[in-house]
Amino acid sequence: MLDRPAVRTLILGVGNLLLSDEGVGLHVLERLAATYNLPEEVQTLDGGTLGLDLLYYLEGVENLLIIDAVEMGKEPGTLLRLEGDEVPAFLSIKISPHQIGIPDMLFAAKLKDLYPRNVVLWGVQPGVLDIGLDLSPPIAARVDELVEKVMDELRRWEIEARPKGASDRAGH
Amino acid sequence: MRAVEDALGIRIPNNARILRNIIEGIQYVQDHVIHFYHLHALDWVDIVSALDADPTTTAQLAQSLSDWPQSSAAYFKGVQDRIAAFVASGQLGPFANAYWGHSAYKLPPEANLMAVAHYLEALDWQRDVIRAHAILGGKNPHLQTYLVGGMSTPIDPNSEAALNADKVAMLNGLFAKAKQFVDKVYLPDVLAVAPFYLEWAGIGGGVGNFLSYGDWPDANGDLWIPRGAILNKDLSTVLPVDHEEVTEHVTRSWYEYDDETKGKHPWEGETRPNYTGPQPPYEFMDTSGKYSWVKAPRLRDEPMEVGPLARMLIAYASGHKRIQAVVNSVLETLGVGPEVLFSTLGRTAARCIETVIVAEKLVDWTNELVESMASGDLQIHDGDLWDPDNWPAETKGWGFTEAPRGALGHWIHIKDKKIHNYQAVVPSTWNSSPRGASGKEGPYEAALIGTPVADPEKPIEILRTIHSFDPCMACGVHVLDAGGNEITKVVVQATGSC
Repeated sequence: MLDRPAVRTLILGVGNLLLSDEGVGLHVLERLAATYNLPEEVQTLDGGTLGLDLLYYLEGVENLLIIDAVEMGKEPGTLLRLEGDEVPAFLSIKISPHQIGIPDMLFAAKLKDLYPRNVVLWGVQPGVLDIGLDLSPPIAARVDELVEKVMDELRRWEIEARPKGASDRAGH
Repeated sequence: MRAVEDALGIRIPNNARILRNIIEGIQYVQDHVIHFYHLHALDWVDIVSALDADPTTTAQLAQSLSDWPQSSAAYFKGVQDRIAAFVASGQLGPFANAYWGHSAYKLPPEANLMAVAHYLEALDWQRDVIRAHAILGGKNPHLQTYLVGGMSTPIDPNSEAALNADKVAMLNGLFAKAKQFVDKVYLPDVLAVAPFYLEWAGIGGGVGNFLSYGDWPDANGDLWIPRGAILNKDLSTVLPVDHEEVTEHVTRSWYEYDDETKGKHPWEGETRPNYTGPQPPYEFMDTSGKYSWVKAPRLRDEPMEVGPLARMLIAYASGHKRIQAVVNSVLETLGVGPEVLFSTLGRTAARCIETVIVAEKLVDWTNELVESMASGDLQIHDGDLWDPDNWPAETKGWGFTEAPRGALGHWIHIKDKKIHNYQAVVPSTWNSSPRGASGKEGPYEAALIGTPVADPEKPIEILRTIHSFDPCMACGVHVLDAGGNEITKVVVQATGSC
């Protein structure tokens, strides 16, 4: 296995990319990677619909930021921020495969002393969960804002990330 | 893959067959252990009770079961301290999916502490042994090396970039580690826990019909785990299985057929959603009509249970010597007869028995690969039919496997080099199936009938039976009071792949 620099902060996008708005967490990761140069200590991870398999990505991680579609019964595009123990408490009542795997992961992390010091979840109320790769318009309109929310969290954790300039994008 | 290979009449090279057997074998071992410790164990093990355990007595218990090295009093004290810190932090509450302190938990504190220690050990173990998939499949999960016609895992004793002697040695090391944990931790734990829950040998039986497609072909194409069906718990007769006898009904499912009084064979299958239920969020659903998004697969119009219990029963009844020996030894240790296998406990024990025999078989398959390499056979792929121009204008195929959760079939109809129709009938669809045209319940439904529930607010008994099937999907269990009001909602968790 390849060595990697110590990761202190993990940004975990979860969801199913094939179910339209369900994949919003992964769309945010993609936009984040396209707009910012993140320092090496920050890892972005497409968690897909995995659960316990993600446990060991928490090794050495102090800050965990989860981005996910969350059913709140609100207007599509409504944002939600949770932190600390609110996150597992909230996720444990969810009924969807990946949101069930994540509490398992956090539970095991507690018992194995891998639980990050800071845990934050940003959720978005989905509108459309049909088969499809694209976000529905009200959710797509929130992606840039969510990227900025991620940047706010990173700054709170005293992590600096520079926007990508024209030269960074030349290769794209 | 096998559906297309069947449709085109491709016979994969011997090495590809062995590689697929090995990959599937270690997948079973890892998946079953994860299921037991990380999905199912907390239905039986009360983590809070472990705080009352005496670490010295726990060590004596563990040492009486096997010579597994991590069994000292100091080791168990360390685990107990960690649980104590977790509980004292007041943070156990958020992880409320389990029912800490429920009266249905029967294990003494020492057994609970030992089980929690093994829950934690299994986390590290599973991460390690599944590296075999990285070696053979490129990555885990979601392997990358399967191709129609064989595999893309290069084999060459003289190449660093291929599967060579060094990597085979690594595999052997991983499989030895896998087998050791199964023999010295998993099996002893199941045997130690089962006596406290023997009443579960009389609960959760289900439909009593069992189906296995069989799997793990040898060089002659014979299947190591046999194909067959058992009806009405009759172990004296194993019926032959023809995939043409598989149909899917939608009489009670939210799909539409022109004639819903009959099922359709998957080659003619269709998936036309037709939701007729109430608009969510709803308080009550009428289950006298359509009530499920799951279709109802049937063999000869009968609901069938699939999975480890089905495979072990069919192998046992077919005269599979090794499986008979392990099943008999487990039954003897517990002092019970084979009739107890038709239960929630039987399902959980069968999964463990299967893990034991697959873990030992991995060694044979790896030796088979070594012999094949030594003979100079390095072929891994047959590309004769790679170009669709060489395909017939129209053809059909059936691909089967026994996934860890049970019989899995894919059906393909190829026409003019394109997929004309494709249907998959997966294990959890068999097990979680609703009623079909005849009105007979599916396996989950039948297994839950008559389950005693001590506290309707905390129906851990329902979780035990549903989890014993190893569901690939998450599902909600709603407990209603007499007036139809929901008094609690239980989330059934899922791990791993379908």
